[in-house]
Amino acid sequence: MNAAALFGSLRRSRDGEPALLSDTRTADPRLGSPMPWVIAIVIALTVIAAASGLALRNAAARASADLNGGVTVQIVTAAPADRNHQADAALAMLEKTPGVIDARHVAQSELDTLLEPWLGTRPGDTIDDLPIPALIDLRLAGPATPARVAALRARIAGVAPSARVDAQAAWLTPVFRAIATLQWLAGGLIALLALATIAAVVLSARNALVNHRETIEIVHMLGGTDAQIARVFQHTAAMDAGIGGVIGLITGTVAIVILGRQFSALGSGMVGGAALGWVDWLVIVLIPLGGVALAVLTARLTVLSALRRML
Amino acid sequence: MSKPDAEIVQFDNVGLRYGTGKEVLTDISFTLYPGRFYFLTGASGAGKTSLLKLLYLAQRPSRGLIRMFGTDAITLPRERLPGFRRRLGVVFQDFRLVQHLSAFDNVALPLRVAGVSEREIAKPVDEMLDWVGLADRRHARPATLSGGEQQRVAIARAVIARPDMLVADEPTGNVDPEMALKLLQLFESLNRLGTTVVVATHDVHLIRKVPESLIMRLDKGRLSDPTGALRYPPRRPSGEAGRPPLGFAPA
Repeated sequence: MNAAALFGSLRRSRDGEPALLSDTRTADPRLGSPMPWVIAIVIALTVIAAASGLALRNAAARASADLNGGVTVQIVTAAPADRNHQADAALAMLEKTPGVIDARHVAQSELDTLLEPWLGTRPGDTIDDLPIPALIDLRLAGPATPARVAALRARIAGVAPSARVDAQAAWLTPVFRAIATLQWLAGGLIALLALATIAAVVLSARNALVNHRETIEIVHMLGGTDAQIARVFQHTAAMDAGIGGVIGLITGTVAIVILGRQFSALGSGMVGGAALGWVDWLVIVLIPLGGVALAVLTARLTVLSALRRML
Repeated sequence: MSKPDAEIVQFDNVGLRYGTGKEVLTDISFTLYPGRFYFLTGASGAGKTSLLKLLYLAQRPSRGLIRMFGTDAITLPRERLPGFRRRLGVVFQDFRLVQHLSAFDNVALPLRVAGVSEREIAKPVDEMLDWVGLADRRHARPATLSGGEQQRVAIARAVIARPDMLVADEPTGNVDPEMALKLLQLFESLNRLGTTVVVATHDVHLIRKVPESLIMRLDKGRLSDPTGALRYPPRRPSGEAGRPPLGFAPA
């Protein structure tokens, strides 16, 4: 065999884009076997936090929509005859008021049901004798803004001086604030978990760089580019994050399904509105993909930054 | 590829020190031309490996100018280093094989780094392993190979991509005389195909086998001129009439 035959059959590729080193098994930097498990825990917690945030948003949106145009008129006077008289007068006036799409005198039986948990229903109870306010449930076209409520209050005062007029949404304002705070908390948790992912990947990548420094130097000396070397680390990070992401997604989903069932069993109207829609589930399923993207990007930037310090 | 008569490497008053230590290489000036065969000799600690590190771009000099392939190698942007390194073949003194790869994959590495497709890799790599007598060890990991076998894998890896310049640091230090001669023939074959060869060795017998070679001698970090090649005008080695001037630029 002569040397020309030995060397002649090779295609020279000095300037072309080189093949992926990952295809060549040139280096095998393991980001550490615990990595998939760390990512799995992070993704599971992220799934739970995201599901909680989305469920709270749904609950708040549903309650807000229900109460948006709702106004309650209470006729607060102890004399039953006067109370009924004022209630009838107020109802008659409200039915003719522009912007009111529904006005309904809440029946005594409904009031009894509402008060039942506190006052009981045993024979002999005399709920009727208690000075319970008469209630008128109003639905306005559009939101019950403070200005509209004030205008209604002024109109009702003429026919029912004992009336109190309140927007229903106002009663739940503290609840909405608490929900908004919880949503921010869920968002903050997700941000912290993303930072934890970045930190874990950075530490693992640096560790792998140290462990494989000699191989990296050899590949550099043979003309390997930083991008080629970084792709090997990216591939490993993607595999770790992918495996961890699937495990985390399954774990997190099981947790939120169990939590969802338990909350549904409470039977509360507000909790019932917290169910996750298909868009919410799509967001949750995309979380592992976000984790993979974050891990790959972090590994790439970490490795390229370290390689730039080498000759 | 460099033009036939253009210098492939030019060192001008190059000095090298590691950290704040004293200079390990001082006032190194020489020129290497394409297609020539050079030996670098000198006692242990004379600076041979340091000079080779500068040649294969693993080290930047502390001072002086280095041009490679017609380009200033001192100010060469980092992004362009891989392109230059792919034009070099290097046999490291400590072999520097990738331990988790087989002999085959180690030899194939420069081709894969350069983007050669897998179907074009197997044949030349197998031929090269056969040439260095390791056809039956193609799947062996470096840890299971003897020192001499590892050295032959390292040499096969250095020459597989047919570099413009081959730099070898004591390439026959761990092989028997018969294999040393065979490896030298491999270098000469490569040299005849146009590759500039620089071999660091203190094996006088090896140098004598290549009578047309030029010799650089390092002594305590300074380059000396045992063959007269550093004189100006450069000496033409015997039998070189009609060929372009060889050897080294004036110091």
